[in-house]
Amino acid sequence: MDAQNDLLSTDIEAYLKQHEQKSLLRFITCGSVDDGKSTLIGRLLYDSRMIFEDQLAALEADSKKMGTQGQNIDFALLVDGLAAEREQGITIDVAYRFFATEKRKFIVADTPGHEQYTRNMVTGASTADVAIILIDARRGVLTQTRRHSYLASLVGIRNVVLAINKMDLVNYSQDVFNRILGDYMNFASGLSLENIVAIPMSALAGDNITEKSGNTPWYMGQPLLSHLETVETKTVDRTAAFRMPVQWVNRPNQDFRGFSGLIAAGSVKPGDVVRVMPSGRESQVSRVFLDGDMPFAVAGQSVTISLEDEVDCSRGDVLTGVDDPIEVSDQFEVTIVWMNETAMLPGRSYLLKLGAKTVVASVTALKHKVNVNTLEQVASKQLAMNEIGLCNLSLAQPVAFDAYDKNRQTGGFILIDRFTNETVAAGTIHFALRRAQNIHWQAMEVDRAARAGQKDQKAFVLWFTGLSGAGKSTIANIVERRLFELGKHSTMLDGDNVRHRLNRDLGFTDGDRVENIRRVGEVARLMTDAGLIVLVSFISPFRSERQMARELLPEGEFLEVFIDTPLAVAEERDPKGLYKKARRGEIKNFTGISSPYEAPEDPEIRLDTTALTPEQAAAQIIDALEQRGLLRGAGL
Amino acid sequence: MADLKTLFRRSGKRQREIAEAVGRSEGAVSQWVNGDREIPADLVLKVEEFTGIPRHHLRPDLWEKTMPNAVDEAILAAPDLTHLQRLEAESIHIMREVAAEAERPVMLYSIGKDSAVMLHLAMKAFAPGKPPFPLLHVNTTWKFHEMIGFRDQRVKDLGLELHEWINQDGIARGINPFDHGGAYTDIMKTEALKAALDHFGYDVAFGGARRDEEKSRAKERIFSFRSPGHRWDPKSQRPELWNLYNTRKNKGETIRVFPLSNWTELDIWQYIYKESIPIVPLYYAAKRPVVEYNGMTVMVDDERMRIPDGQKPEMKSIRFRTLGCYPLTGAVESEADTLPEIIQEMLLTTTSERQGRAIDKDSAASMEKKKQEGYF
Repeated sequence: MDAQNDLLSTDIEAYLKQHEQKSLLRFITCGSVDDGKSTLIGRLLYDSRMIFEDQLAALEADSKKMGTQGQNIDFALLVDGLAAEREQGITIDVAYRFFATEKRKFIVADTPGHEQYTRNMVTGASTADVAIILIDARRGVLTQTRRHSYLASLVGIRNVVLAINKMDLVNYSQDVFNRILGDYMNFASGLSLENIVAIPMSALAGDNITEKSGNTPWYMGQPLLSHLETVETKTVDRTAAFRMPVQWVNRPNQDFRGFSGLIAAGSVKPGDVVRVMPSGRESQVSRVFLDGDMPFAVAGQSVTISLEDEVDCSRGDVLTGVDDPIEVSDQFEVTIVWMNETAMLPGRSYLLKLGAKTVVASVTALKHKVNVNTLEQVASKQLAMNEIGLCNLSLAQPVAFDAYDKNRQTGGFILIDRFTNETVAAGTIHFALRRAQNIHWQAMEVDRAARAGQKDQKAFVLWFTGLSGAGKSTIANIVERRLFELGKHSTMLDGDNVRHRLNRDLGFTDGDRVENIRRVGEVARLMTDAGLIVLVSFISPFRSERQMARELLPEGEFLEVFIDTPLAVAEERDPKGLYKKARRGEIKNFTGISSPYEAPEDPEIRLDTTALTPEQAAAQIIDALEQRGLLRGAGL
Repeated sequence: MADLKTLFRRSGKRQREIAEAVGRSEGAVSQWVNGDREIPADLVLKVEEFTGIPRHHLRPDLWEKTMPNAVDEAILAAPDLTHLQRLEAESIHIMREVAAEAERPVMLYSIGKDSAVMLHLAMKAFAPGKPPFPLLHVNTTWKFHEMIGFRDQRVKDLGLELHEWINQDGIARGINPFDHGGAYTDIMKTEALKAALDHFGYDVAFGGARRDEEKSRAKERIFSFRSPGHRWDPKSQRPELWNLYNTRKNKGETIRVFPLSNWTELDIWQYIYKESIPIVPLYYAAKRPVVEYNGMTVMVDDERMRIPDGQKPEMKSIRFRTLGCYPLTGAVESEADTLPEIIQEMLLTTTSERQGRAIDKDSAASMEKKKQEGYF
């Protein structure tokens, strides 16, 4: 710092020049609660003189008020910024801090130790080059140490600093240090971490942080800060194949059309041949620029590229080099970190965002989840919050991708809940499953329009949803009788009946309910292919699955009929005696009692059965179908 | 491969401009463009520089085309990206995501140095076009006069659209920074901002806040969601992985987006210096009339300033580290009137940036609370 300060006061221009050339290192600190993460960061900021006097005065006052360190400064208070954190003395969310030395600029993500905030830890880790994993020398390797090491490895961090902290409390014992290091290496051998450096330290006392400590003469390595200044990160390989996800098509006028994005790998220059993926069209780069033309651009830069030819290219496509083309698929094996209170259910559809592309996706199989303490594989039907699983994923359309190991930007994705819009998972792609290419669609000569036309009708699905006892089947039966009288060809899929046959292997867990609806949706679709009007009478409690069924059919051929009966009324009717059993606890997962019912937000038809007789309700449905022109002949 | 005529057309430069730039007649340029005559060898690089058309297109007989897709020496030899280059790329990426996914985005422009950098980055992100969103300035009517002059000039120079929003109800009620303290900020800034966003129906608003400014900012995501009442809930922030931003919002929700999240005060100044970005002259030291008010040195920007009894405005060489409402913004005594001197002074100084603002002083958690209520 001193040489830097000299230059600062004597030759500011030279100082600025020097500072401008600094590289950037992003790291995270993680580990268990009370291992001293926040204290370590506070110490780094303090020792690199990034704390201003007024902040220091406020810190001293706060430290005395909180009284955690007696009369000494509590560095953790510098970092824990949310009121709840300061009250509870824990870190809830990632805090980003900034400091610089003569050699490098640093962005630190201080990540929470508590298991329920794992998703915040992953948020911090996803952009880090190095992970500092703290261990309390008195307690050794703990669950959180293992969890965070595994997560760090999972998001692609290869450099780890094992900071064995609070050495002052174990008399700077080399034996303790060696034992913990041994334990850790034993565990870490199962992970893909490449460069693990262990440092004995005391963040509170300042041992081996910025300078080598006299208290650990047996330690031959560098203090933490020197290590961070010099550690080699996997710098972006400029010889790698070019990748740029297209974020934005820049078309300010007729004469200009450019493709904007952040280069994810390799380099690009005018004259290079590039391919637009997934379409595969090729062209030559005519210009590379930002606010002026550039002779070339490399990974990590945001640029705009224009091409020689008018090729079709839009947001979500990827511009790639031709030597090592990117893969394209709609089926993947992936690892998923689940981050939402609502568990992940195979079969439910989510939105997947990869690069600038967002597509509908669903987990087709959960192969196993991972016990992060032992790295054991455990069979499971769902993934709960903070659980990690190996899954097969199926997308509604093919996307361009790389394996995550090869590139974080083109191989990492998030999953978004389609109704709450929350980010529910982070995932990494391992490889494409070839199945998609191996099953071909059999082209049909007689198609669905032809089959419906032969019956002189329009095929569609009437999807009745509502609580048990709402009156779905009663009303559906009347409607089908009316259709029959009108000369229409129809069929009925009833929840109870289907569960006796096709779906007799399914129970009533959330996961089984999703699969139940998926199968019924597919069957209904096949029957409309055959030209039939299909009446589906299912409780179908979840919005996601009804949406999924809707999307199986062409626009306008899926009509959601909400039989709206309040729970109290349905329970009062209780035609099958099921509510009574559920209330006595004899039926688990009963919709409305012990399992939720998500009412439709915008059904095509809504019927209030407290105000209508079943006959009136059925008549309203027939009216609605006529208004929509669905009861006319196929040709009209 | 496009012909030379097309390349010239795509370059967006008129023949007259090219002629001027390289010191030849318009007729000569016309002959080059139509392929009637070759561009003289000594002018090729000048033309390339001005039009952006690569030399191997201008005179293929003289300049060999670089091998397509071969990574040339220059690329391998170029130094690693600097931290400023990486920050710039990140900010631009964020802005483009918003432009692509938001329905009605807007950029909050508060005229200060952070806004200056944010605007400069937006111009880069969408060049040669203009940013596909307007600017919004919430004017408390107590901003320094020089700020408003600078704002109007800047918007005119860049050819952008700016909406100004003033809380007329607050004006009618005579709300002012002298008599109404915290309520003033709340009514003229926070409430005004919320009203402006609601009025125009903006769903995503860029703000120039940085994580190094203050502790609760350090915890805020780049895409920060606000409930229908514009409240921030720090306990339920969405995970934000890699550079994948989930911009999907529920009914009534809006998003504040902070493209400068990872910049520090030094980065901002250094970038302004490196890119020669215009800033309000108040950042530079000059003799200005000041009084001592509320423990701060305050500039007498107009006749509305309530000069404490017994004081007379004194001319002092001062400058400002942050710019806001003039009665609430403390000046520092300084002689620094160049950018390097300002940066030098900032680095040698021992108080943090926000100290010049009255708003943060109340309590450690005050900013978190203000933000929960909708302060930017």
